[in-house]
Amino acid sequence: MSSVDTSARTFNLKSWLAEHGVDRLLFLLVPAFLAMLAFFIYPTIYGTYLSFHPMEAKSGALGNYRSFFGDTYMRNSIWNTFRIALPVSLINVFAAVPLAVRLRHRVRGKRTINTLLVIPMSLGTVLIAEGLSAYLAPNGWFNRTLLAAGIIDQPLQLLHNFWGVIISLLITGFPFAFLLTLSYISGINPKMEEAASTLGATSWQRFRYITFPLLTPGLAITFCLNFVLAFSVFPSANLLGNPAGDSHVLAVAAAQAIVNNYDYSMASAISVITGAFELAVVALVLVMRSRLYSGSTSGGKG
Amino acid sequence: MSSRKVFVKSPLGWLIWGSVAFFFINLLGVIGTVVVSSFGTEWFDGWLPSGWTTKFYTTAWHDYQVPNLLRVTLQVALAVVVISILVGTPAAYVLARRDFPGKKILMLSFLLPIMLPPITYGIPLATFIYRLNLGGTLTGVIVANTVPAIPFVILVLSPFIEQIDPKIEAAARMCGATTRQIFIKILTPLIVPGLLAAALLVLVQTVALFELTYLVSGPGSNTLVVALYYAVFASGIRPYQAISAMAVFYMLTTLFILIVALRYVNPTQMVSQARSADSK
Amino acid sequence: MALSNLSLTIGNGEFVALLGPSGCGKSTALNCLAGLLPLTGGSIFLDDRRIDTLPPERRDFGMVFQNYALFPHLTVRQNIGFGLKIKKVAKSEIERRVTAAINLVQLSLHADKHPSQLSGGQQQRVAIARAIVIEPQVVLMDEPLSNLDAKLRHEMRSEIKRLHRELGLTTVYVTHDQEEALSLADRLVVLHDGKVQQIGTPEDVYMNPVNSFVADFMGYRNLISMDLLAGGSAGNYSLRAPGLELTASNLFSGSAAGKVRVAIRPEDLFIENTSGNSISCTVKSVEYQGKDFAVEVSTAQGITLHLRTPKKLEVGQSTNLTVASDRVLVYPDSDA
Repeated sequence: MSSVDTSARTFNLKSWLAEHGVDRLLFLLVPAFLAMLAFFIYPTIYGTYLSFHPMEAKSGALGNYRSFFGDTYMRNSIWNTFRIALPVSLINVFAAVPLAVRLRHRVRGKRTINTLLVIPMSLGTVLIAEGLSAYLAPNGWFNRTLLAAGIIDQPLQLLHNFWGVIISLLITGFPFAFLLTLSYISGINPKMEEAASTLGATSWQRFRYITFPLLTPGLAITFCLNFVLAFSVFPSANLLGNPAGDSHVLAVAAAQAIVNNYDYSMASAISVITGAFELAVVALVLVMRSRLYSGSTSGGKG
Repeated sequence: MSSRKVFVKSPLGWLIWGSVAFFFINLLGVIGTVVVSSFGTEWFDGWLPSGWTTKFYTTAWHDYQVPNLLRVTLQVALAVVVISILVGTPAAYVLARRDFPGKKILMLSFLLPIMLPPITYGIPLATFIYRLNLGGTLTGVIVANTVPAIPFVILVLSPFIEQIDPKIEAAARMCGATTRQIFIKILTPLIVPGLLAAALLVLVQTVALFELTYLVSGPGSNTLVVALYYAVFASGIRPYQAISAMAVFYMLTTLFILIVALRYVNPTQMVSQARSADSK
Repeated sequence: MALSNLSLTIGNGEFVALLGPSGCGKSTALNCLAGLLPLTGGSIFLDDRRIDTLPPERRDFGMVFQNYALFPHLTVRQNIGFGLKIKKVAKSEIERRVTAAINLVQLSLHADKHPSQLSGGQQQRVAIARAIVIEPQVVLMDEPLSNLDAKLRHEMRSEIKRLHRELGLTTVYVTHDQEEALSLADRLVVLHDGKVQQIGTPEDVYMNPVNSFVADFMGYRNLISMDLLAGGSAGNYSLRAPGLELTASNLFSGSAAGKVRVAIRPEDLFIENTSGNSISCTVKSVEYQGKDFAVEVSTAQGITLHLRTPKKLEVGQSTNLTVASDRVLVYPDSDA
């Protein structure tokens, strides 16, 4: 009796912890957490610290940032990155939606399409860049076909400029966007559309008023992840773009700081800038998303 | 039901199919160009090379030290798979089953490596790995690749564990099983499909992951994809057919792993970690 | 689930229940009616208009789904107004009719909530309001009460009854719960294995099931294999089993001398000395069930019978049961 009273009155750490789900089982988290702490959190903090300690000590703590933003060429890398990453992510997401809508039910050949789409995703940007550099060349199959078909008289210049990078990111990013959108759309209870159809909605109205609004939160995530992929366009920018000109993106600038100047401090500063801009966009999208309905898409209690 | 009929009828359906076909034709063109050029003697102008040979495969095999690259790639990938599964699975279990103070922050630290471009955290990570004198070593490459792999395993496995009824564990406990016995005899068999999927997905991802390896590897610890990048970047040093042959070696490795993986995982699972990250 | 030979004409304002165990084809029938599943044969007419070739959105039916299928991103008001908005009804008119519907299902306090903030019963009300606000020619209900707990199920049952009485909407209602079907419907359609077993009023189906399957489903728990003696006539058929003799007034079609199945409802067996068949037996178990007792008895030859009685019996006690001969239903042995 008395022991019950004491435990009710005084603060008992052990039982408080137990009530909040803290027990020995949580030790299972320790290895993963330590790994992240040592190889992700600490390096990130260390890199940020390093970025405020430029190689030339006399330029002050903000020296790297001042020289980055003070230099038009460097500053333009931000614009170059956005100019590639934004349209690519938007195109990928919006191209994925109609295809995912078409393939959301059992359709013959769905698994084949999915499987084929996984291939460019798994081959990765380096191989796609290598293939594109021959395929899109002035004497490559792409231009040759267009010339033979009489669509163009001059080979299109698709390499060592903006377009090469964009095309490579469409090839690797679209499958990712599609598969993710498909998995979101499959999570929407098909009864929703059936209900809408019994209420008189045509297939376009069902998409417009039911499927699309329920899909939007998922599309926001799909956009973000595609944006992350497109934001680090390093191999394609170097191999297919013009890394000294309009493909001088943030990732290239950071890598050049290391490879050309061994300036880890400057490279870290560019990483911080890249991360900050990228997270700002992701945060903006996520804030916009949180204003949408983002609960269950299964509907009802089930 | 009638969706297939509608598909054919509507102009939008034709447009979508047309775009898909266009996408695949170009993809085939990209891959085909690589394969055809690797077998060509010379290919300057024309639809096809002027002659055929396999000699560039021999050149590539020796000059790029493909056996060595394959060994390193597989060592790195397998080590990353084993470490990330061993470290990630217990964490996935706790995150699937428990609510505790600070869970959200912990989740965030697991999510950030997926929400950030690898090059942003790769540069500080590489700097750190070089300071530990692991730069350019196999260990350094393994460590770097484990960083995104652990969150990946957690995000693939924890929804999988969530859908296992906790009452099964409770029932085992009521039958007198200890925690250790529950883990070994009840949970492990139940999560084997999830573990297999996670392992294969990490394998596919690690073989293709370029940026992190590029930043920390050195001669002797380059993986196939990094070697391919250097080969393409320094094109001109060796005949381009040899580079194409090198690309074919890489492609075969990746496709082999992919075919194995697709026997056990669904193509949509390739993106499942992103989906589950969303629900956290 | 295949479904064959369902031929049914539904009158204006009628409440028809499709009743059967799970997998009997009743949901298939409803989905075909709604146009959500294709009809592989046959036709559906609404008045004189053939509608089975129309897609669901042009059939002018309202449907209430088993899991409600409310749109999670819309409020109660928007959910209910969805059909009217699609039909391009004027804003003020939508406003008026939605408000009326909300009041009708007593949800005025919850009009601006999202479905996830509502209880199961409230969600069900929204689903019903959404289906009836468009003033459909026919309302289809697919097991609308099966996800609710017992108390709420009773409440909503009365609610559906009230709405049907007030609005007079033609309703097709699918359920596996015979009590629900009996209390709601004007007419029952009992289905089994995709085949219609019986169509009739609730009283008719309950009192005179046409075969032993319907009898079993309607709660005729006592199904006994017996021999029908030859030479009986209306009002006087003799049945035999070891240690048991019964007289039945009627035979259901197909019953002939020889093996038959006899069905008796627990409620039709009495302990009081009323006239009719008499069965002597021993009490095997007694379950208290509130208003009465569920008793299991056994004859000397081991035939088990179930009955309900307000009188408390002791296990092991001998007793005499009576059953009126018009409540002894005789079916051919073949049908199960």
